[in-house]
Amino acid sequence: MMSRWNFLAAIGRIFISFLNSTGHLILFTATALRHVVLPPFFLRITFQQMLRIGYFSLPVVGLTAIFTGAVLALQIYIGGSRFNAEGFVGQVVVISMVRELGPVLAALMLAGRVSSAIAAEIGTMRVTEQIDALTTLATNPFKYLVAPRLIAATLTLPLLVLVADIIGVMGGFLAATQRLGLNAGIYMKTTLDVLQLEDVTSGLTKAAVFGFLIALMGCYHGYNSKGGAQGVGAATTDAVVSASILILLFNYVLTDFFFS
Amino acid sequence: MMAQTQDTPKIAVSGLHKRFGGNQVLAGIDLEIGRGKSVVIIGGSGSGKSVTLKCILGLIKPDSGSIRIDGRESTGLSGTEREQVLARVGMLFQAAALFDSMSVWENVAFGLMQRQRMPAELAREKALAAMAKVGLEAGLADLNPAELSGGMQKRVGLARAIAPEPEILFFDEPTTGLDPIMSGIINELIIERVRELGATALTITHDMKSARRIADTIAMIYQGRIIWCGPADSIDECGEPHVEQFIRAKSEGPIALDVLRA
Ligand SMILES: Nc1ncnc2c1ncn2[C@@H]1O[C@H](COP(=O)(O)OP(=O)(O)OP(=O)(O)O)[C@@H](O)[C@H]1O
Ligand SMILES: [Mg+2]
Repeated sequence: MMSRWNFLAAIGRIFISFLNSTGHLILFTATALRHVVLPPFFLRITFQQMLRIGYFSLPVVGLTAIFTGAVLALQIYIGGSRFNAEGFVGQVVVISMVRELGPVLAALMLAGRVSSAIAAEIGTMRVTEQIDALTTLATNPFKYLVAPRLIAATLTLPLLVLVADIIGVMGGFLAATQRLGLNAGIYMKTTLDVLQLEDVTSGLTKAAVFGFLIALMGCYHGYNSKGGAQGVGAATTDAVVSASILILLFNYVLTDFFFS
Repeated sequence: MMAQTQDTPKIAVSGLHKRFGGNQVLAGIDLEIGRGKSVVIIGGSGSGKSVTLKCILGLIKPDSGSIRIDGRESTGLSGTEREQVLARVGMLFQAAALFDSMSVWENVAFGLMQRQRMPAELAREKALAAMAKVGLEAGLADLNPAELSGGMQKRVGLARAIAPEPEILFFDEPTTGLDPIMSGIINELIIERVRELGATALTITHDMKSARRIADTIAMIYQGRIIWCGPADSIDECGEPHVEQFIRAKSEGPIALDVLRA
């Protein structure tokens, strides 16, 4: 009897702490958004962050995209050949790349690369009292640290995904023409013919949302980190894990939304 | 708004309480700091000196109590109002808390450029002047704070606090980690800020020599309260056993007994 009450109490505690942290996150997001839209804006810092988040992620994202595109072409060829649909390789590669894999894979790579870096940087600033120092110098940390990163990631990720889409399609093209011996002209033509504007815009919308989530998780966990080096380490891990989960969750929600 | 007369204290703290989990750190701090006065808080490690300072700055939210700056209640201020208060304040953190993504001079000039919107060239000049006041040569300006020794970082933190010429200065252990000569220079600097520029200063220190030199008033914090507060030159005759033990650095006395009992 006693143990059942303990069990229920434990569930209750977990539930309350879940509500508590959700509320905390919502409050953090609302504060951050207010500083994103209200001046003053730190343009130079925002630009620096765009460079750090976007430009320096190009190699990682490019490599991911080219191999994914190439693998897709081979796999679709194998699958397609079972019902004489080898001719659809180009179409399927471009649609899966642009609508789905470009945004999701780029975002997951950036969750590892950017979310963690933001959490580590802001977390270190928290535990070494640099955030307190900012405040005493009459500079709002949300305005100075959080808003520029949110803006930068939200603007940059669509651009990165656009590049990833193009490189991914090129990867598919290379595999199809070099390895599978498909006709280059026909492959390119079918690829471009099937692509619709909505494919691109839905992919880029996803990218913007993912970019926001990546920066938000980095900032949130960094800002709330406690303790010393260990706390910063935990914040970094939490940022990557929560950003990845939110990306996958919102990917479904957005796909469903564009579907209807 | 309350009228600001000549005798409204610059900072008035009363009944300040703060608890972290089961640890009651502040149990009713009362402290008044007159305009243009220099007050030093002494007290053992972990007695809540830094927490008191952070409560006054609004970095930590007290559980209860009142903090008035220029007669105006400042607990519960947020956003722009809080920034307006902080714009008149300079703070040296115990561990310096320099921005490691910026060079030394950018650290010192931060308040000038962000708060006062000063153009970079002028701010750099002012930063170099502030650095010179704390004995840092111009050659260090472009280094990263991580390349400096602990004592040098402390002085950069000091330069950053004084560069915008604030009305109120908070120093958390300004002379810890400095050699005796540099400690002397920092003491004189604090005195100069207070006496010549009319700033109000609240300093935390363990260094009794420094406390005697810079303080108009010394307050001792013990078990979350101010147990003694009086003119700096009367501290030797205060007759309060905790204070006597602290300033004579004796290992025997009421404080040691409490530690043993705990
Ligand atoms: N953010 C915090 N969370 C939890 N406990 C804290 C926090 N800040 C301070 N404390 C606790 O409050 C107490 C007082 O800390 P404080 O930093 O004010 O000491 P101090 O008087 O400045 O000591 P020192 O001379 O060593 O700097 C300590 O027991 C500390 O553990
Ligand atoms: Mg302290």
